[in-house]
Amino acid sequence: MSTVEVRDLVKHYDKVRAVDGVSLRSADGEYLVLLGPSGCGKTTLLRTIAGLEQPTSGQVLIGDQVVNDLPPRARKIAMVFQSYALYPHKTVLANIVFPLKAEGMDKRAREERARWAAGLLGIEHLLDRKPRQLSGGERQRVALARALVRQPRVFLLDEPLSNLDAKLRASARDELKRFQQEIGTTTIYVTHDQTEAMGLGDRIAVLESGTLRQIGRPIEVYDDPADTFVATFIGSPPMNLVPRDGRLVGFRPEHLLPLELGAEDRVTLKLDVDRIEYLSGDRHVYGTATGLGEPTRVIARLPATVLTPIEPGRTYDFSIRGEKLRYFDAATGRRTDPP
Amino acid sequence: MTGGARRTLADREGALAWLFMLPSVIYILALVAVPFALAVALAFSDVTVGDPSFDWAGWANFARNFDDPVFWRALGNTFLFTAVSMLLIVVFGKILANILVADFRGKWLIRFLVLLPWTTPVALSAVAWLWLLDSIYSPIDWVLRRIGLIEGNLNWLGEPTLEMVSVIAVHVWRLTPLAAVIVMAGLVAIPREIEEAARMDGAGFWRRMFEVTIPLTLPVIAVAALFGAILTFTDMTVVYVLTRGGATHSSEVLASWAYIRGISGGDVAQGASIALFLFPLLLAAAIAILRAVRRMEVT
Ligand SMILES: Nc1ncnc2c1ncn2[C@@H]1O[C@H](COP(=O)(O)OP(=O)(O)O)[C@@H](O)[C@H]1O
Ligand SMILES: [Mg+2]
Repeated sequence: MSTVEVRDLVKHYDKVRAVDGVSLRSADGEYLVLLGPSGCGKTTLLRTIAGLEQPTSGQVLIGDQVVNDLPPRARKIAMVFQSYALYPHKTVLANIVFPLKAEGMDKRAREERARWAAGLLGIEHLLDRKPRQLSGGERQRVALARALVRQPRVFLLDEPLSNLDAKLRASARDELKRFQQEIGTTTIYVTHDQTEAMGLGDRIAVLESGTLRQIGRPIEVYDDPADTFVATFIGSPPMNLVPRDGRLVGFRPEHLLPLELGAEDRVTLKLDVDRIEYLSGDRHVYGTATGLGEPTRVIARLPATVLTPIEPGRTYDFSIRGEKLRYFDAATGRRTDPP
Repeated sequence: MTGGARRTLADREGALAWLFMLPSVIYILALVAVPFALAVALAFSDVTVGDPSFDWAGWANFARNFDDPVFWRALGNTFLFTAVSMLLIVVFGKILANILVADFRGKWLIRFLVLLPWTTPVALSAVAWLWLLDSIYSPIDWVLRRIGLIEGNLNWLGEPTLEMVSVIAVHVWRLTPLAAVIVMAGLVAIPREIEEAARMDGAGFWRRMFEVTIPLTLPVIAVAALFGAILTFTDMTVVYVLTRGGATHSSEVLASWAYIRGISGGDVAQGASIALFLFPLLLAAAIAILRAVRRMEVT
């Protein structure tokens, strides 16, 4: 187990600034999720930590030791690739023992360890198969077993669930979390899927265009986004942003509720409803909000327990609890204090 | 069948397949099957340039081969020539392929130089080699003399052992670029992440090469080696240009011997029987390797 830290990390490919000055540090045993849209530099950051890419500048530290000059194998970290990258000509068992073989462990000991890892992931019955004879979910487990068998200091996972279908993804996510809690190894997990990030991460680092926008616990990045990018990237539907006097007033769709449900400290507004969607029992109400700032299209998410009748084409009174409002600078998008 | 939706020729895949294959079938019949049948027929006849009438001679031509020491010498040389050349070509081809795929400054110049022997016309390169291996003016000798390894001259194309060395060297020089390009095609087909996974798993250069790269390129290498072996087995260009088989047939191979007997010597039937001798061997080798490759792909 170990900490992972990057300091002012920069990685440029010719003109592309894939990673543009990122500093972050994981705690020992932490599950840190790198979240960001496709192309924001997540994979590049992970590969630089792994040692597969040399940083243009900046430092990578593992266990408080600078590892910039160490080759991947000396960093004692394991990586699960997006494609899993199993050795197609080797059996599952041979795939899993490969890292141990490279370490020079003797045959008996390494098979024992491989069986232990396979047992942990429930793939003992697949050991004699070749990767091509496995389903996507099974391949993912083999890749995990291969990463785990060496008992590395750090796990790096690059979108390991993106090749699975939606249903399998949910159960695999659950398993991944339990599994990490069991073995307690520091893990850096890359994804573009906020549901995965919120569900798995002890903390989430939100990246955009090669820069770190915010790092914090899931509830922090959700409730207290550092800027409008985080506010709108996380949450589904995203945070509503209403321009007012050079600022943006932000609030989550679930906090915009019909007036009669509002508590004490509240601000009111009128919602000109034009469309309603039913999703998993909730009602997503689309409309134009007036009275809070400039008229803006917003979304309200009413849980199934709210029974207020609402129809498209009419205007309703809605309210938001004052403590749920967030303020951003309209020019920079950064969070500002309440006025 | 409902009205209007008639099956057209394009829907009948069986017939269509035959139609599309017809040109190649005709081509193979005219340029491979017919000459081959002719060669088989000639090998069992007594046809010569002087007497082209076809008389059945049974196994007489083959029996005469077995009594001919030059034939045995040529057969031995053919095996030696093929085995040593293929070994060197595969090893050098693999090394050159690694250089071809590597990313470094000036790689375009290196790639050009690697591919040069392959693009040079044989006649041109043969002249160059004749000079390089000349018994008096050889620059190779000159270099060796200068660094003190030899005194006097080496008779590259006149002394039995050196003759084989020269023939093999030139053949390897000629085919290695082709082998390198084929192996390179196999190398670039390996997903980058697999190579990287091996690095993450702690495998060093040699382990990656022997446990990942080579097994993954083996089907390609095997097919290339098969074609190379058949090309080498039946090749006479290098021998013929460099030594004409040697004064004492010391660098004779079956192909050159068949040519000398059948075409230069005019004994067409004898030449055919020498050339045909290799056929069952090559066929067996081809089947064996193709089956091995298939097995590697399936499991
Ligand atoms: N080897 C490379 N050469 C050039 N550009 C690259 C390379 N790898 C990644 N990039 C660029 O760097 C940026 C970040 O890529 P990546 O780290 O793969 O993003 P993500 O994993 O977040 O989708 C992209 O714009 C991508 O095109
Ligand atoms: Mg990526």
